[in-house]
Amino acid sequence: MNPIDSSLKVEIGGYHSGNVPPLLHEIRHALRNLLDNGETTTIDLRGLPMAPGEQQQLLEILGKGEVSAHLDALGRSEIIESSYAGVWLIIHYNSNNEVMGKFIEITRMPAILEAQTADMEESLATLQMRLEEI
Amino acid sequence: MNNDKPLGQALREQGVSRRGFLKFCAATASMMALPPSMVPAIAKALESARRPSVIWLSFQECTGCTESLTRSHAPTLEGLIFDNISLDYHHTLQAASGEAAEAAREAAMEENKGKYLLVVDGSIPLGNPGYSTIAGISNLEMLKEVAEHAAAIIAVGTCAAYGGLPHAKPNPTGAVSVTDIIKDKPIVNVPGCPPIPVVITGVLAHFLTFGKLPELDHLARPLAFYGNNIHDRCYRRPFYDKGLFANTFDDEGAKKGWCLFKLGCKGPVTYNACATTKWNDGTSFPIEAGHGCLGCSEPNFWDMGGFYNALSESTMDLGRTAAVGIAAGAVAGAASGLLNRRKKSQAVAAHETVTVNDLQREEKS
Repeated sequence: MNPIDSSLKVEIGGYHSGNVPPLLHEIRHALRNLLDNGETTTIDLRGLPMAPGEQQQLLEILGKGEVSAHLDALGRSEIIESSYAGVWLIIHYNSNNEVMGKFIEITRMPAILEAQTADMEESLATLQMRLEEI
Repeated sequence: MNNDKPLGQALREQGVSRRGFLKFCAATASMMALPPSMVPAIAKALESARRPSVIWLSFQECTGCTESLTRSHAPTLEGLIFDNISLDYHHTLQAASGEAAEAAREAAMEENKGKYLLVVDGSIPLGNPGYSTIAGISNLEMLKEVAEHAAAIIAVGTCAAYGGLPHAKPNPTGAVSVTDIIKDKPIVNVPGCPPIPVVITGVLAHFLTFGKLPELDHLARPLAFYGNNIHDRCYRRPFYDKGLFANTFDDEGAKKGWCLFKLGCKGPVTYNACATTKWNDGTSFPIEAGHGCLGCSEPNFWDMGGFYNALSESTMDLGRTAAVGIAAGAVAGAASGLLNRRKKSQAVAAHETVTVNDLQREEKS
């Protein structure tokens, strides 16, 4: 299921932790900080008490933006830019497709998308060997 | 078991990319309840971490703690056990049995003297040693033998941490906790019946990352997971503050998801991570499912009074009351006791709650 599937409506009823608005304010502050000081922020969604349906409500408010990417490393990961530029939802799954971590990152580009130095060095060596075989 | 390779090198040799490693570190930070900003520090520490040898002893227990751990998902148990720790002895999970199993334990102790981690689940009987033995060795003797050269001990589950259900009155086996016996080793308690799986693995991951046990509270529980009580982190807390309570499990308040305090929820006195970490892949926790917290990560939770009595009703030694109640029941023909039991049955049938006062009256009669 798409984590930001707006077609799925969840009835929250009388259950409210009240944590969705403060979290949105935290995101707003973090976005301001990114613009003003270039500092990135990561929010771990598992650290907050959420009533049933509230996380879905949060994701619906954030919406889906222009960029989404999939990562295949130790299981699947979804990296999705919300409808607010610079606000990303990152969900890491393990090889059994169970959620290992769920984060909101306020950054120009999540670091995990960037090619890593160690991987590039290994790739360089591999490419070199390949060329020697030709 | 080869523990020589640093974890980073071992993962790279298994084809795990740096991205995968960073993902692993992000999940580990989340699991250890550390801020995401700690990920680079965790990555650096894990890169050079060496796999510790772990000896797991199961004493008077129900295997629920191992069941909980084997359903741990972050990171996968397979990843944790086979990549990050060297589980050299666990008589429920290991293939070896009998003399071969004991030989594996002795070899791990000898090869990793002073460096291995001892995990214990289950309480230790101080009554007849025959109540619980492994390979003919009493639990007490085995605990003392393995603890002697352990670097640290993790008491997993309420039984190992406080004596748990075997310790419940009248404690027929004389069950005690690990800390009642071992006094000269660093011990971390990971209570719960069972503990949340990621809390078990989180403590192991902390040891792996930092080479030491996490910061503990006054009951030797890791603060990262037991630093807040269920009540303060509960999404139903706003209802408590407004005085909106469910009075029965099927009334309007229950349907509206109001606070379960009056139905015996022990959230206000229970320190654990259930309200945020949750269970079953983060799906839910008892209060979300509509039942109050039983307080299973607190000492003597079984004897803390009725599960369905509000905390405000608990004003006496309920364990003593229960024991007297049982004794009274044994005296056949005690008319007043029968009368009270009948009243209790009738109360249950009528959906009335049985209060501490009712029990007090029963004790006096």
